[in-house]
Amino acid sequence: MMANIVQQIVITLLTAILVENLVLSKFLGMCPFLGVTQKTSTAAGMGLAVTFVVVVTAGLAWILNYALLVPNHMEYLQTMTYILIIAALVQFVETVVRKFIPPLYKALGIYLPLITTNCAVLGVPLLNTAKNYDLLMSLVYSFGAGAGFTLALILFSGVRERMDKADIPATLRGIPSALFAATLVSMSFFGFQGLFAS
Amino acid sequence: MSSQPFDTPKAWDIAVAGLIKENPTLKMILGCCPTLAVTTAVGNGLGMGLATTAVLMCSNMAISLLRGVIPEKVRIPSYIIIIAGFVTVVMYVLKAWLPELDKALGIYIPLIVANCILLARAEMFAAKYKPFPSLLDGLFMGLGFTLALFTISTVREILGSGTWFGLVLTKNLWAPAVLMILPPGGFLAFGLVITGMNRLTNGKIATPMCATCSPERCAP
Repeated sequence: MMANIVQQIVITLLTAILVENLVLSKFLGMCPFLGVTQKTSTAAGMGLAVTFVVVVTAGLAWILNYALLVPNHMEYLQTMTYILIIAALVQFVETVVRKFIPPLYKALGIYLPLITTNCAVLGVPLLNTAKNYDLLMSLVYSFGAGAGFTLALILFSGVRERMDKADIPATLRGIPSALFAATLVSMSFFGFQGLFAS
Repeated sequence: MSSQPFDTPKAWDIAVAGLIKENPTLKMILGCCPTLAVTTAVGNGLGMGLATTAVLMCSNMAISLLRGVIPEKVRIPSYIIIIAGFVTVVMYVLKAWLPELDKALGIYIPLIVANCILLARAEMFAAKYKPFPSLLDGLFMGLGFTLALFTISTVREILGSGTWFGLVLTKNLWAPAVLMILPPGGFLAFGLVITGMNRLTNGKIATPMCATCSPERCAP
């Protein structure tokens, strides 16, 4: 029984990080993926901020969904509830972190306001709901998704730091060349497809 | 936002800006998630584009009507709630009348809420101008988005499955490159279409920006 749960957790975690990578196979969180990956340090900061908010949001979303919305047959309010949780939570986290953990605020502060309209943060609770996960699996999957997001951002920022030095034709400079690089990174992640029989 | 009368842009200018000059997807690089995720088939791309257009028109109109009422400090959450309301309506309309499209688009329909285009247009246009121009702006920005999705999904469907709107095109010509309808193909096709647009309009791409972020936040 215990071993079963542990096995399930490991598989869910690896699936979320590698097979269903949030950015490279689900295309969620493209704005930060293209926007803040010029430097590895900012990419890592953004990744951590998103991971943190995603896990807390997913937990709260699960609780509200199954404690309030489903028993009252108000599933149609799901989208609105989730986005409200995110908006409120981001504001709350920003205030609390600024007050009590100044070094963390210094590291993550600038990324927090951007997260409100980050589709990764809204996408993960929606995916959890679509997959009918229980609370534990929701949290595990969300953590994995956040870790996968961070991994993709850091890897991609490495590629882009290199590309900065390359001589690229004017028409391709900036976004197009970044997208072509993303094609290759995405292709390498594609190798993980079918890692686990679902 | 102040309700100072701005010089309202002409309908023609709004149309050109939305479709070409400030095309939200190809020029402003907003709303990349659905652009990459749902463009595996032309039908899906078109459906996503039109669903977003509907939401964008409604939200622009509503936000423009409320532009003197919403306090500046809580405007972003207010816009998001308005947008989320219209997205929910569109989601249930699709569920009722186009269940197949709803299934194909899956979570990307509720994710219209987090599409940067909507918040960007609310901030940049609807909060400043009268309802009718805002409605037009929503229509043409939405159509610009649809046009981009249509182009990208055309490239992907023809190359990736050898069909167009499900119509078999390249049956005996070449074997379809399945990669194009897989995730990497999304990045590739998007990159190609932006390159083409760059080449055609000879213009520079604006820096990618999320609607809520000022430049100093985006590039710390």
